[in-house]
Amino acid sequence: MSPNSTGNRLFDRPLRELGRALLFLFTAISRMRFSRLQVAETLRQVYFAGVRSLVIIVTCGFFVGLVLTLQTYDTLTRFGAGDAVSTVLALSLFRELGPVLTALLFAGRAGTSITAEIGLMRATEQLDALDLMAIDPMERIVQPRLIAGLIAVPALVLIFNVTAIVGGVFFAVFLMGNDPVTFWSNMQASVELGRDFLGGMVKAVAFGFLAAWLAVWFGWSARPTSEGVALATTQTVIATAITVLILDFVLSAFML
Amino acid sequence: MTHTEAAIELRNVTVELGGRTILENLDLVIPAGKVTAVMGPSGAGKTTVLRLITGQIRPDSGEVRVGDTRVDQLSGKALNRFRREIGVLLQNGALFTDLTCFDNVALPLREHTELPETLIRRLVLLKLQMVGLRGAAGLYPRELSGGMNRRVATARAMALDPSIMLYDEPFAGLDPISLGVSLRLIRDINHALGITSIVITHDVDEVAHLADQCAIIADRQLMASGSPAELADSDNPLVRQFMQGLPDGPVPFHYPADDLAADLLAAEKQQ
Amino acid sequence: MKSSHQIELTAGLFLLLAIAALIFLAMQATDRGVASGPTYEVSASFSNVGGLKPRAKVSMGGVTVGMVERITLDPDTFDARVVMRISERFDNLPEDTSASILTAGILGDQYVGLEPGGSPESLRDGDTIMITNSAVVLEQLIGRYLFNTDGDEQ
Ligand SMILES: Nc1ncnc2c1ncn2[C@@H]1O[C@H](COP(=O)(O)OP(=O)(O)O)[C@@H](O)[C@H]1O
Ligand SMILES: [Mg+2]
Repeated sequence: MSPNSTGNRLFDRPLRELGRALLFLFTAISRMRFSRLQVAETLRQVYFAGVRSLVIIVTCGFFVGLVLTLQTYDTLTRFGAGDAVSTVLALSLFRELGPVLTALLFAGRAGTSITAEIGLMRATEQLDALDLMAIDPMERIVQPRLIAGLIAVPALVLIFNVTAIVGGVFFAVFLMGNDPVTFWSNMQASVELGRDFLGGMVKAVAFGFLAAWLAVWFGWSARPTSEGVALATTQTVIATAITVLILDFVLSAFML
Repeated sequence: MTHTEAAIELRNVTVELGGRTILENLDLVIPAGKVTAVMGPSGAGKTTVLRLITGQIRPDSGEVRVGDTRVDQLSGKALNRFRREIGVLLQNGALFTDLTCFDNVALPLREHTELPETLIRRLVLLKLQMVGLRGAAGLYPRELSGGMNRRVATARAMALDPSIMLYDEPFAGLDPISLGVSLRLIRDINHALGITSIVITHDVDEVAHLADQCAIIADRQLMASGSPAELADSDNPLVRQFMQGLPDGPVPFHYPADDLAADLLAAEKQQ
Repeated sequence: MKSSHQIELTAGLFLLLAIAALIFLAMQATDRGVASGPTYEVSASFSNVGGLKPRAKVSMGGVTVGMVERITLDPDTFDARVVMRISERFDNLPEDTSASILTAGILGDQYVGLEPGGSPESLRDGDTIMITNSAVVLEQLIGRYLFNTDGDEQ
């Protein structure tokens, strides 16, 4: 057997899976319809995806800010550049850590529950029931969760960034006794709204879309059994982590 | 039995799923305004028949007619319009677990009608009253027993006043009291509203109380049909096995396998 | 389980919180950059810009007044032409302002420092700064110190 044909077999399944996931996404988007019910359901999903991730986002954000400041402060003071700590903190948060870490935490907290929920809906025939009631599950189940992810992740990134900066202030200003005015003015002077901050938010939107798509897709395509749903939630986390990091590299390369 | 108009007709239907032929040249006629029981061993394809009628799957060949509608040719909007005319109780009710019973029943009304909320409320409470669960309107499905879940699901299936009701194993796993309640409910719905009902069930005893007409599906075909009394007197060995609940007969107890002795010897040889 | 009303309310609060975070970050942590308001362009030629890069800041008396827009090489003189955007707020810089390329600290970024002259005329959009001091290149400085200790420079 030629090496080519084994190669085909190796890539055949993932490629078909990717194709089906894309087709699924296009179907979901093409059937987009905005009714009052749809908006209410989307808001409900923002609650489930966003509000319920708040605790983990705020906790992690604070400690990431704290430890990032601790480490960079220690290094920077060796070069007599301790004042630059707020610059390093804000730039690394806005451009990389905020969007990436939030997307990973979102996948673990909200993405898995979206996957499990839809997988179980399939297993318990709730999706069939919708179909039979002439309600499009794409419209009522998939779309609100996609849009909610698109809204919730950027919102969580903003909150993550603020709490991380609070963590940084806590360390640099309260524990190390640095001058707060210098801290803020150095940050302001070196962080640019358009390129650094909004560039990071572009990433946040892209990651939110990706995380929500993968979560919904793995739930939708899960085998309707306990193992099937368990496998699907694992796949959501792994696939989101890998694709977010790859996409992060691509977007960073484009933006710089 | 007098000849009645056929509400549902399957003609020469063949279905293949996952490379296996599930139904082959099946002919099935469901009379209008009656309760028809569809029986048969597990895996015979009863649920598949139901899914043909609702248009969830299409036959590989043959016709599925509901009234004047060719269900096997419907899709998209037309299929959705058709589905509003039929109510389906799935095997475990399939209620939405994150909605209360009230909201579950209200869902099809909110989705397909422009009725004001006060009217929807009244309709939902009436439907829940019909299944005896108005008092559980504010509860979540997980707070109710399996039998009650199915009754709420029945109310939900009835929300848009369908002309055909399909019940997939509504009695499976019910205690005798719940079973009696469900049985009466199905009969009352049928008699009061004069709709066509199809009940998929294993429960031979209950069928006699419930069904006007019986159809037994086995071996990819319609094995027998007639009134419950006619089937009980049947000479057909399979019908007798089924109606009397004998463990072995034309439907074998064993999954198809090699000869036991040969299998055991082969295992020994391997060691 | 919360009622749908409460859920919608909480979701709304969540979005408000996010908007508050957005405003905080936009106001407190970032700079719109001097270049985001109305600006005008001036340019200056240097024989050597050292490590100066686009987006480096332009300051006068320690206050940031603009940023470097682009750096090109003049095809005739082989001088580096630095185009700067200065905020309209500083529209009265004297015409004989001088520009130097300086370094913030020993390892810091390079920036353009402006030194005001005494002319009553102001720099306008498209003007060129005539008096410039090129970047101090560390290697040249060290070389000069080692081999030519005359001190006949300014
Ligand atoms: N989507 C499917 N893919 C492959 N096989 C299926 C599918 N759905 C059902 N089957 C098979 O078809 C047969 C009939 O199923 P079903 O109609 O559910 O039986 P039952 O009479 O118990 O309701 C079963 O053997 C089942 O394994
Ligand atoms: Mg079945």
